[in-house]
Amino acid sequence: MIPITALETTANELMAKAAIEIPDDYLDGLRAAADVETGELSAFVLQAMLENYEAAKEDRRAMCADTGVPRWYVKIGNEARIEGGPVELEAALRRATAGATNSVPLRPNRVHPLWRTDHNNNCGINAPEIEYSFHPDADWVELTTVHKGGLFGSDYRMLFPGDGIDGIKKFFLDTLVAFGKRGLACQPAIVGIGIGGSKDTCMMLGKQAACLRTVGSHNPDPKIAALEDEFKELGNTIGMGAMGFMGSSMVVGCNIETGYCHTGGMPVSVHMFCLSSRRATARVLIDGRAEYRSDPQWFTDYMRRETVEWQPTSQPSRQSG
Amino acid sequence: MAANKPTLKTVRLTTPVEPADLAQLEIGNVVYLDGTIFTGREGVFKRAVHEGHGLPAPPEVIGNVNFHCSPAAARRDDGSYDIGAVTATASFRFAAWLDQWFEMSKCKVIIGKGGMTPDVYKKSFVPNEAVYLTTVGYGTGALLGRGIKAVKDVYWMDELGIAQAMWLFEVENFGPFLVESDLAGNSLFERENAKVAAGLDKVYEGLKPAIMSRYGETDDRKEELI
Ligand code: SF4
Repeated sequence: MIPITALETTANELMAKAAIEIPDDYLDGLRAAADVETGELSAFVLQAMLENYEAAKEDRRAMCADTGVPRWYVKIGNEARIEGGPVELEAALRRATAGATNSVPLRPNRVHPLWRTDHNNNCGINAPEIEYSFHPDADWVELTTVHKGGLFGSDYRMLFPGDGIDGIKKFFLDTLVAFGKRGLACQPAIVGIGIGGSKDTCMMLGKQAACLRTVGSHNPDPKIAALEDEFKELGNTIGMGAMGFMGSSMVVGCNIETGYCHTGGMPVSVHMFCLSSRRATARVLIDGRAEYRSDPQWFTDYMRRETVEWQPTSQPSRQSG
Repeated sequence: MAANKPTLKTVRLTTPVEPADLAQLEIGNVVYLDGTIFTGREGVFKRAVHEGHGLPAPPEVIGNVNFHCSPAAARRDDGSYDIGAVTATASFRFAAWLDQWFEMSKCKVIIGKGGMTPDVYKKSFVPNEAVYLTTVGYGTGALLGRGIKAVKDVYWMDELGIAQAMWLFEVENFGPFLVESDLAGNSLFERENAKVAAGLDKVYEGLKPAIMSRYGETDDRKEELI
């Protein structure tokens, strides 16, 4: 049985880590972008950002004051048992969200959509979001928090099969160009693209691709992996860099996730995880110990399974970023 | 990074700023500030302008530099504040309140995220002899948080809450910011937008048009969302 106090303590720690420490994969990606950036203004912005991450870590303060909307992704091992059950787990995650809002501190961004009222703790109706996935042959629980910022940079379109890859490229470019001007999307970003599924699944896949896969990771389908590289390249040849200034730093990484969709359509979503690509993960073991990491390893062979039955012998249940 | 170390002109200003300070600024210059600045976002503009409450303190107290932001902050037990990071919020949303805002606050520098449209600079900033500085990144919240030395006052905390209240900060070496609009109303973003737009047709070259167009979509890539 995993003790609930261990889950809550870990959740608190994750909230601070996400807000303060930029993940290494994003940092390396940004340094690589800075190395080849020739636009003077864009290069200046990247330099300031690199200094900002240092300042955040040194002072233990949030890297960006728009601390986004904290949310949770929970992966539960098939054999895991949680003290108090899922209801207690959700309560613990809500307490950690509220507690960290005050202790880090984070900005209490969450308000009622109509009355704009506020509990000053980032909790409220349907907030924070908690999403679940499961993992075979495991007795741990993995917690990931993502503090996604940015009102700008995500979009959805119902394309059609005839639009093909060209249609996706066009939509991708439209989104990056529109939201990249003035740097509204706070690029360079990790761009997540969701292709297929129902409308809501399509949005969810794209968002998870942006927020839960690391820079440099690839989709296991080699043809999709090639598209990820091609789209990254395409985004960086728009001519736009950080803050929309002339340059090449638009996309730090591009991650694509797919889902089977209606035969007549091809829904596509594009999401941009900003200069504050905030995420932190921990695996909480049965004895309550926590192992921290910055790669959520959210997408697994099990999650991407195509067949009716899961066949772990033919498809080992490895996790891949 | 060493290969392309930026060499932008950097200026350090003390608030309240003087007309001569602003006259030397050109778009694309880097600015750092020392002195007093006050914040404002939706809640403040709505209350001060729209609901007619005016400012909670006179210009002599709050100075003439207005920052479109709210901090990540928490109230300590002794009533003082712990300021974490500070980041600007997108300014174009506040354009409608600007004329009255300039009139009542007499502010000369507005700091925010993303700038305004060129029309707004011509119509509201130029006649009020004000410039616009944009934050950088825009995520340099920790650097800006370091520049805040003290919270001098907080107004309308009870009415508006932490995220919307009007904060008065004492700042030191507060920045970096970039000059987005100068006294003549030139805009850095406009200039850069035009340069980027010149190459866009080539980026799209060869891609076939979408099978279905949607209401509200545009194919004019020079258009902006704001
Ligand atoms: S989009 Fe990201 S970097 Fe930009 S202000 Fe929001 S959280 Fe900060």
